[in-house]
Amino acid sequence: MLDILQNINYTPFILSFKLAGLTTLILFILALPLSWYLSQTHSKIKPVLEAITALPIVLPPSVLGFYILYTLSYNSSIGAFFHEYFGIDLVFNFHSLVIASCFYSLPFMVQPLQSGFESINKNMLEASYISGKSKIVTILKVAIPNIKPALLTAIIVTFSHTVGEFGVVLMVGGSIPGETKVASVAIYEMVEIMDYSSAHIYSGLMLIMSFLTLLSVYIFNHKQKFSGFIK
Amino acid sequence: MIKIQIHKNLHGINKDTDLDVNIEIKSGEFLAISGKSGSGKTTLLRILAGLEKAKGKIEVNGEIWLDEKNSLIPQKRGIGFVFQDYALFENMSVLQNLLFVKKDINLASHLLQITELSALKNRSTKTLSGGQKQRVSLCRAMMNRPKLLLLDEPLSALDSEMRAKLQTEILSLHKEFKTTTIMVSHDPSEIYKLSSRVLILDNGKIIKDGTAKKVLLKTSGSQKFSFSGELLEIKKVDVIFIAIVSIGQQLVEVVINESEAKCLKIGQTVNLSTKAFSPSISY
Repeated sequence: MLDILQNINYTPFILSFKLAGLTTLILFILALPLSWYLSQTHSKIKPVLEAITALPIVLPPSVLGFYILYTLSYNSSIGAFFHEYFGIDLVFNFHSLVIASCFYSLPFMVQPLQSGFESINKNMLEASYISGKSKIVTILKVAIPNIKPALLTAIIVTFSHTVGEFGVVLMVGGSIPGETKVASVAIYEMVEIMDYSSAHIYSGLMLIMSFLTLLSVYIFNHKQKFSGFIK
Repeated sequence: MIKIQIHKNLHGINKDTDLDVNIEIKSGEFLAISGKSGSGKTTLLRILAGLEKAKGKIEVNGEIWLDEKNSLIPQKRGIGFVFQDYALFENMSVLQNLLFVKKDINLASHLLQITELSALKNRSTKTLSGGQKQRVSLCRAMMNRPKLLLLDEPLSALDSEMRAKLQTEILSLHKEFKTTTIMVSHDPSEIYKLSSRVLILDNGKIIKDGTAKKVLLKTSGSQKFSFSGELLEIKKVDVIFIAIVSIGQQLVEVVINESEAKCLKIGQTVNLSTKAFSPSISY
């Protein structure tokens, strides 16, 4: 058993986690202001923005992948611009996977954060404004620390969702070993060439890791609810 | 001196009314505002805090907070606000709640001592009782030595014993800091104990303005006692009628005659008075 585990090529896993880590970090920075805005605004464009952010949940990954592929390829002005001025190709490499994942996982970051911000007692925020604190200080010192369970849920779910993505990655990145061949794609290829034992090991590892991450989120959130003392 | 002259459209549940308030408040005054729910009391406080928009003018000690062109943001008004639901920062301890407003450890310790919270200063606010939370909220509001302290039904969620205790604390804080204070309250004894002036709001308009004694004492003429209460039931016992009236937290029975029994309706607000000259008080 140990032998088998030692002989596995872990590159696809490392790639999956690198991709998920980067995507989560970028999305966290982008989604914080967006979800705060969505939680506070009464503007008429709010439902429009909400619908756009939620689109990746309903769209088939192939549709999303197709549009991203089309937008980033040389045929589009964006793809051409990056190729021309920065010498960067935006398709079939790791960059493209990060961009595609950011779109694909956006709702999983925005929605928990937004509902977290919405659940905060409005008077608490107003108490901070009245104390003379700016919006930024209020967000950093009052709003964010009071939605810890939502923050953790957003980060973990985004991370896990990105690790688990398949369709978009395949469309935009293909399956280049060490570059775009992430764990989910690797498993698909193993099954295709009927290498079931490797597929079993890869899938089993994915299953265990996913379960453990989710379990730790639920344990943390449960503890948060019943914790009394601030250290 | 605080000059308030504001106008705002209130969207009530049943109908829209206009909040029209034109008052002057002396520095150091303790003003109580009372009135039915929906009469605009909380809205008035929120307008003063800059949390809600309104038309008109607010001038505080010569500083313009609101006029036709500008509205000073809540951050710059230098007020203290005690919310009905306390609104403590749940991620912070008792002491941190106070220090968040201003890093003045001496003032914080002093306030915690007055309100007997020193022993709880490192506790998470989530674990406090209602009365303790309300005190923390009061201390927090005093931390930036406010020019104006606004209390929105601060004691309404507490039992009568705790209320009495906190009323004393509010009063001693008011005496020490001499902060101009506006408090929304429904409790006549609380208003009488704390305030130097009372406004009664009804449908957005001030219908009474004066000292607590003048506004709240319901006796008039030669009556010695007068209580207002709700008529709950009229019973016929042999040849007399007995009315059961709820006054405050108590039920009382009163003998009435047949013609009175016919005029009165169950659920009506009635005044109960007596002209006895030497009533006895016992406890």
